[in-house]
Amino acid sequence: MKVSGIEAAFKLAYSAPIAGRKAPETNFALDVRLKLPGSGITGIYGTSGSGKTTLLRCIAGLLKADEGELKVNGEVWQDKRDMVPTHERSMAYVFQESSLFPHLTVGENLDYAIKRAAAVDKSFYAHILELMDIERLLQRSSDQLSGGEKQRVAIARAFLVRPKLLLMDEPLASLDAGRKQEILPYLERLHDEFDLPVLYVSHALDELARLADHLLVMHQGQVLADGSIEAVLSRTDLPVPLGDDTGVVLPATVVERDSQWHLVKVEFSGGSLWVRDSGDAIGNTLRIRVLARDVSLALSSHHDSSILNRIPVTVLDLTPDSDEAMVLVRLSAGQSILIARITRRSVAHLKLAPGNTLWAQIKSVAVVR
Amino acid sequence: MILTDADLQAIGLTLRLASTVTVLLLLLGTPLAWWLARTSSWLKAPIGALVALPLVLPPTVLGFYLLVAMGPNGPLGQLTQSLGLGSLAFSFWGLVVGSIFYSLPFVVQPIQNSIEAMGARPLEIAATLGAGPIDRFFTVVVPLAKGGIITAAVLGFAHTIGEFGVVLMIGGNIPGETRVLSVQIYDHVEALEYGRAHWLAAGMLVFSFLTLLTLYVFQGRKRRSNALSFGG
Repeated sequence: MKVSGIEAAFKLAYSAPIAGRKAPETNFALDVRLKLPGSGITGIYGTSGSGKTTLLRCIAGLLKADEGELKVNGEVWQDKRDMVPTHERSMAYVFQESSLFPHLTVGENLDYAIKRAAAVDKSFYAHILELMDIERLLQRSSDQLSGGEKQRVAIARAFLVRPKLLLMDEPLASLDAGRKQEILPYLERLHDEFDLPVLYVSHALDELARLADHLLVMHQGQVLADGSIEAVLSRTDLPVPLGDDTGVVLPATVVERDSQWHLVKVEFSGGSLWVRDSGDAIGNTLRIRVLARDVSLALSSHHDSSILNRIPVTVLDLTPDSDEAMVLVRLSAGQSILIARITRRSVAHLKLAPGNTLWAQIKSVAVVR
Repeated sequence: MILTDADLQAIGLTLRLASTVTVLLLLLGTPLAWWLARTSSWLKAPIGALVALPLVLPPTVLGFYLLVAMGPNGPLGQLTQSLGLGSLAFSFWGLVVGSIFYSLPFVVQPIQNSIEAMGARPLEIAATLGAGPIDRFFTVVVPLAKGGIITAAVLGFAHTIGEFGVVLMIGGNIPGETRVLSVQIYDHVEALEYGRAHWLAAGMLVFSFLTLLTLYVFQGRKRRSNALSFGG
């Protein structure tokens, strides 16, 4: 079942100190004007206090902006004069912490959404329950669930609203790393199956690298970057230091399997890489992530190291890192861009300058999707 | 018969008064508690203090001013007279009005506390699931503040039953109209009928203790079963 053809354009201006907010800035201002795709997952990334949750709350109508304009799929949700109240917006929201009603069982929590939604047929209900694997939890009360189960129920409940837009505010942030890994596959399944636009707020880049198609970077209430996740993560000019999270994501195709060493060869536009066998069939497309800290540079191709992956690259530009000792080097490999995070001393030693050709040695590649 | 007809009449009147007052207080006190719990208006502190005033004020002071207000020249008296209801002073409905003021904090504060403890989040969740304001009140606020509402009803009822000073000031001592239990006990003692006073007084003591005991047992159980609320 598909929710098809939703085009969303958001225009939102908001500027006022927010009473009682925990943000470090006492004079917090949100000032954004954006157009977001009407399908797929748009990640909204930023550190705490960057205004990403505030933006989401404005879109949900939970927070009234001083000036707001919002159009979702041609429907006006807010303009200069009027604001459609939250409960009349065809939208669902997944909160960071457990948001199940404590006085209702799991099944009653789901019914709460169904009763107020446009008709939900039985097969859709059964399908969502199966996707999120919560059939056996229906009779439980919410305090008998683990953190991960609670979030799965909350996500299922959001889908049962039959929303035209799904807002998720750090849905995994309250879970430990293990629970997080437990939920991510469920989110991927939903993403693969429903063509529903999702705005996904997170301060965890690894989550977004895995889930998001589009990425918005927020800082001090403003949007710094906005584009496909590949494009945004290949930039080094953003004033938000990503530190160890700096790195690119690349679409790739599985071309060869080496069963003896449990590796598969994936091809991207800049060459091919050996990665750990993810079990994907030959011909499958997947997404790989190469962190800048895992990329080192050499003037010649060494075959005497443990590093499997060496790719010829050309230096595009060099940017000082937030860490004074480090430099971010952007490299072009075919149509793709890689980023290497190396010391300034190495830059001087290798006499790196834009246009140099050399070898990128990639220590580790993660298959994120 | 241990209790006289007058005693039974006083008990009946007291129960009628307390029931009426409790129902009215829940109807008036819940929206007021809601407003106090949610508002960020500067009026919150003064209104909250006014509501709490009967906790510290001698009942005779409250009764005195209510009597003046209900008198033929007082604002309440003028209002009831212009509506053709006559004077409230020394009548059952005068007692109802007085008791509403007197027991107000015992009803408003528990409800206000449970709404404050609930926070805004459950209402936001309900709104994102498509529930409008009235829907949210009955499906979220009432069930989640249920403990506070029950506490409020019990305390309001018990406190009205034990009222004396305000009753004496505005109700006087009219059998079947304003002579409630506490006044009846006072009359027995004045008449040196200690035996009769004992029966009523001991009855009140047992009733009050059992009421509070039930409440505390109920609250204790509820706290254990509701260990989880909205975290974060």
